[in-house]
Amino acid sequence: MEVTTELIVQALWDTLYMVSISLLFGSIIGIILGMLLVVTRKGHILENKLIFSIVNPIVNTFRSIPFIILLVAIIPFTRLIVGTSIGTTAAIVPLVLHIGPYMSRLVENSLLEVDDGIIEAAKAMGATPLQIIYRFLLPEAFPSLILSITTATIGLIGATAMAGAVGGGGLGDVAITYGYQRFSTITIFVTVIILVIIVQVVQSLGNILERKIRRV
Amino acid sequence: MIEFKNVSKVFESNDKKIHALNDINIVVEKGDVFGVIGFSGAGKSTLIRTVNLLEYPTSGEVIIEGKNLAMLSEKELCEEKKNIGMIFQHFNLLNSKTVFDNVAMPLILSKKKKKEIEERVYEILRFVGLEDKAKNYPNQLSGGQKQRVGIARALATNPSILLCDEATSALDPQTTKSILNLLKKINEEYKITILIITHEMEVIKEICNRVAVMEEGRVIESGSVFDIFARPTTETTRNFVRSVVRDEVPESVYKMLKENEYTSRVFKIDFLGASSGQPLISRTAKKYQVDINVLFGNITELQGMPFGNLIVELIGDDVELERALQFICNQDVEVKEVSENGSHYGTHRASAMGYAIHG
Repeated sequence: MEVTTELIVQALWDTLYMVSISLLFGSIIGIILGMLLVVTRKGHILENKLIFSIVNPIVNTFRSIPFIILLVAIIPFTRLIVGTSIGTTAAIVPLVLHIGPYMSRLVENSLLEVDDGIIEAAKAMGATPLQIIYRFLLPEAFPSLILSITTATIGLIGATAMAGAVGGGGLGDVAITYGYQRFSTITIFVTVIILVIIVQVVQSLGNILERKIRRV
Repeated sequence: MIEFKNVSKVFESNDKKIHALNDINIVVEKGDVFGVIGFSGAGKSTLIRTVNLLEYPTSGEVIIEGKNLAMLSEKELCEEKKNIGMIFQHFNLLNSKTVFDNVAMPLILSKKKKKEIEERVYEILRFVGLEDKAKNYPNQLSGGQKQRVGIARALATNPSILLCDEATSALDPQTTKSILNLLKKINEEYKITILIITHEMEVIKEICNRVAVMEEGRVIESGSVFDIFARPTTETTRNFVRSVVRDEVPESVYKMLKENEYTSRVFKIDFLGASSGQPLISRTAKKYQVDINVLFGNITELQGMPFGNLIVELIGDDVELERALQFICNQDVEVKEVSENGSHYGTHRASAMGYAIHG
């Protein structure tokens, strides 16, 4: 079987599909968990030892499992969620579970960058905890959050290369099955070039967006 | 009106107890510009934070306009806080929002109508002189302008109390003056009670009418600014007063005394209020056969009254000099003789002078 342009285009499409869907759900999970990690910590606006001591180790656990292992370890769970354990859609479940906790740490850092003085000012004017999150923390951390999401997206593109293990397809899968296993150097070369371009584009978009929001 | 009643605050960290506030009792009357001064670590920041409960007192009560905020529910407290504006050393503005949005924030939090918010924000921006900066972002402003935005934001909800936490400490002297003038204007026009925390005696001198000096979590001295400046009773307070009005006799004066033949005497005259409006020196010189040489002077204005000291040399024969001295002592000033052996003040005249001053 020859490597055709069609095959590459399909692989590119699969990669973009996996990245965008898992980025969407991963961001939601990441922002919620990251926010919890910040506001429930000691001395913060919603200090809660219980929630913090549940979320923190969960995030650490997921962060410590190598993606290729997570991919196969949660197959029963994947089947439960999307009804199948192989294919592109099936790859999305482990991708989300991989990137969500990763992103939560990035979000945590972004939110911790917000000056404590801002929160103090918010409290002084009688803002409720929800108002502090929505009106103060998130807007102030927004430029930094954009960069966090950019970093996570690029991590996600790397992770999709392993999706081939559960028949997920995508550029990485093409590079392994056609390039590595069938000794087609040109295929590896082409897929790598495409991945490099995607990463460049994503990073540039992230930087431009961040600069625009930060107005510098 | 803010009443601190036996307020104490203890921070516990690693089994160590830190007494940030120790049995504080202060009453800030309505309309006061009340200053709290102390070195860093004296507990003044903690003190101001107990007013709007950014810090809860460990014991004692803080009563705001008759209410103990610590007894209120979360919701009532948020509402009550709208009556207390606060400005900060580092301004604490939202960099992601325009000046307009920053000032509008307290009103947005209170869910005011859009039109009402717009009117109020422009009104208050006009008051602080930043109407034309409404669409700018904080990082496009100077420090003084940022603090004006901070002030506008604090006043947006029409509070009756304004808390200033080292509000001028990050500003240069000129900007400090203009911000202090603005605070004075706020106090006079809106009748807002102002509580100021600072380590700069200049700030106290400039706008406060009453002051408390803090050290190691305690109030060591408090009273009207004039009294504290005129008669500081503790070393810390004296040092703060000296930072604005130097009261020690310069070395050069002693040096001169040593070299001089005994034909003249040197006195330090402390002006503590009203009398300094009178031409004391020239009158004395005209009335008696003495020459008066001003060696050193340091006069400033305090609460609209002159305040400071002059070091003068009286030259003349003994009898005339004594009469001139008596005349000066009878004015509303404090006189002390500076003696050559460096013991600062001569003692032989102290009793007579004391009598003159109090009598």
